Amino acid sequence: MSVEERDPVSGERLTGHDWNGIKELDTPIPRGVLLFLIVTHIIAFALWVLTPAWPLGKSYTPGILGIDQKKAVEEQLVASAADKATWTKKIEVSDFPTIQADERMMLIVRSTGHQLFGDNCAACHGSDGKGRANYPDLTDDDWLWGGDVQRIAETVSVGVNSANAGSRIAEMPRFGVDQMLPREDVEKAANFVFSLSNPQFSQPANVETIAAGREVFLANCATCHGEDARGKQDVGAPNLTDERWIYGGDLDTIITTIHGGRRGHMPTWDQRLTPAEIKILALYVHSLGEGDS
Amino acid sequence: MISTLTRTERFLALWISMAVSICGLALAIAGREDPLLIHGLLILLFGLVCSYIVMFGYEEKAPGTERLSLYYDEPIKAGVIFAMIWAVFGMFMGVWVAAQLAWPDLAFDAPWSGLGRLRPTHTTGVIFGFGGNALIATSFHVVQRTSRARLPDQLSSWFVLVGYNMYCLIAVSGYLLGITQSKEYAESEWYADIWLVLVWVTYFVLYIRTLARRKEPHIYVANWYFLAFILVVAILHIVNNLAVPVSLGHAKSYTVWPGVQDAMVQWWYGHNAVAFFLTSGFLGMLYYYLPVRAQRPIFSYRLSILSFWGITFFYMWAGSHHLHYTALPDWVQTLGMTFSIMLLVPSWASAGNALLTLNGAWHRVRDDATLRFMMIAAVFYGLSTFEGSFMAIRPVNSLSHYTDWTIGHVHAGALGWVALITFGSFYTLVPVLWKRRQMYSPALIEWHFWLALAGTLIYVFAMWNSGIIQGLMWRTYTEEDTLAYSFVDSLKAMWPYYVARAFGGLLFLIGAIICLYNILMTIRSPDKAESRDDVPHPADLALAGE
Repeated sequence: MSVEERDPVSGERLTGHDWNGIKELDTPIPRGVLLFLIVTHIIAFALWVLTPAWPLGKSYTPGILGIDQKKAVEEQLVASAADKATWTKKIEVSDFPTIQADERMMLIVRSTGHQLFGDNCAACHGSDGKGRANYPDLTDDDWLWGGDVQRIAETVSVGVNSANAGSRIAEMPRFGVDQMLPREDVEKAANFVFSLSNPQFSQPANVETIAAGREVFLANCATCHGEDARGKQDVGAPNLTDERWIYGGDLDTIITTIHGGRRGHMPTWDQRLTPAEIKILALYVHSLGEGDS
Repeated sequence: MISTLTRTERFLALWISMAVSICGLALAIAGREDPLLIHGLLILLFGLVCSYIVMFGYEEKAPGTERLSLYYDEPIKAGVIFAMIWAVFGMFMGVWVAAQLAWPDLAFDAPWSGLGRLRPTHTTGVIFGFGGNALIATSFHVVQRTSRARLPDQLSSWFVLVGYNMYCLIAVSGYLLGITQSKEYAESEWYADIWLVLVWVTYFVLYIRTLARRKEPHIYVANWYFLAFILVVAILHIVNNLAVPVSLGHAKSYTVWPGVQDAMVQWWYGHNAVAFFLTSGFLGMLYYYLPVRAQRPIFSYRLSILSFWGITFFYMWAGSHHLHYTALPDWVQTLGMTFSIMLLVPSWASAGNALLTLNGAWHRVRDDATLRFMMIAAVFYGLSTFEGSFMAIRPVNSLSHYTDWTIGHVHAGALGWVALITFGSFYTLVPVLWKRRQMYSPALIEWHFWLALAGTLIYVFAMWNSGIIQGLMWRTYTEEDTLAYSFVDSLKAMWPYYVARAFGGLLFLIGAIICLYNILMTIRSPDKAESRDDVPHPADLALAGE
């Protein structure tokens, strides 16, 4: 336990402590560490003087630079809006054909639209706009509420079955659940609808059911979907004769749809997006599948 | 284990187990229409199993006073095994959630297996299950050896260890059931939190009692750190978890802290959980097992003093750097940032003290994978404390916050520092505890070392890359002053890194499984080696009379 005991490797003095064989050297704190300690303290003190730092009861030391993060953010927002104003104004006041004819403006639409669509629409319609089960594909030329830019803008703005007072409303009744049709009529109508997009289904064995289904269809479904079953865009009723299905085009799903009805939902965006952003999105969505010209 | 308890302790143990069972039954009845029912039944079952174990050994011969001439290592052995079981469980959950981020279908569409419920089972499993058991076990070992005093009784240490594991079980099972108070790293609900307070206060009292019986004139540095860990975690846990349950029959509770104060208290807790659980406690481990394994004196006692007081003082102020650019007032953010900067020097001083202790033992580092674990741990400790101070600087944080960089930083610390120092300590401790000449297979330690190091590096590099890419994508603007990328674009860009991260984690998990196997085989090996020196100071005998 001699205080003068030295470590043979480093030549340093030992402290004389010994814990279960563990000893300690009495090495002085290296100068570099002290210097580094002083530097970090100088940085801290400087920041305390320059920026808001210490509480004083109900207020705090404001710092001589007068930094305030809330003011900074507000200023940045104002500056950013001013920067953007040059082209957002132009988009707001121009009509769609003018914008579509202006290659420079369409460049802005495509670059801005990509991010707007990704952050607002992609969750349901997919980042490529191709939709998925229960959510419509926006890249084809099959439109529920019309595919010209003006109508797309209207849909984005008010939504479908949304909270907006001017919302587009579309509801397919629950023919089975609400006992509007007996079960066999539901199945007959489903057989007819299925045959429209599956010509090979119209075999002699099925012809009778399909014909009976057609009667049910004309009496119950044609009001919305049209006598030719090609849908009506003013009431948001889909075309039933093509290969494109929102909820699925197999016989079982069609039965489920007629039995339980359908009520899709798209939020209203006019409170969340600016008029210019809605216009950009409409043009962007239109350009995804070259829309409905 | 019951055979090492005295008659009085057996009686007390039985009484405590029955009391736990009754509390469980009461919770189950009060909460029969709530998810609390399942936890009540779990606590009841746990209490009954403990009662059965105590009763089964109740009539065994009571230990004589000769037990006092040996350290009390039974709970330490159990703690090491518990820690490794939790490690394998927690790391498996980590690999699973990491894989879900790359392949979301691995959530299997069940409510309990989504990322939101599995993630806290991973964090609790590794931090509290693995880390906590490792800290309890090694602290019991270190405090006895460096005080040359035996634990004052047999029951307290078992109460701490078993009670702590019951807490972890309630916590983890609760997350799967959807029971959470939604505070990160403090998700467990009020009844589990109250139980942990009882366990933790017992731990603190036990530690103080052991130190009070020490036969050394001074208290060793490792014990300073362990004591700071135990004391501060108690304060953090109690303050952050102050909450009012909906009723005694509901699992759900509401915190007493409102709004931004709640956020501040939570991150004061969260950051100091990193400081005092994941840093201070493991520095205690490093301060004992590294010099023992290296057979070198600590580089500088003075540096130890500077680091200890620097770390304990500065860390307390740094938590607000988790809330930069939020509703938290500017001045609180400045304080958090500046104290984080000042914290760097004491942190680096401890990492440097550890590495310089290896001077004169570098040939051992080269040849001995166990010592290499501890050396690399000190390097990662230095690396992640530098990174932490750097990320606490507001402008840097504006890039790194909410990105995978944070996850990378945490895992540089958790894998590279916390887990590696634990593995190194366990490989040193296990042969001593079970009185074996060495570990069953040095080759497997070597394998474990390279798997763990490769896993950590792959993980951390993947997250650095993905985090910085994310941060940059979120702030890239087009010429028109609008964002260039949507969030989904940045998510798609993360995919290769998520795959790499899951792979790195898998390597680390395989290493942990090898470690568990190696420990179990060491216990089974017949290669006994008695050490006559590993006993308490003879004077301890007289004091510890019954």
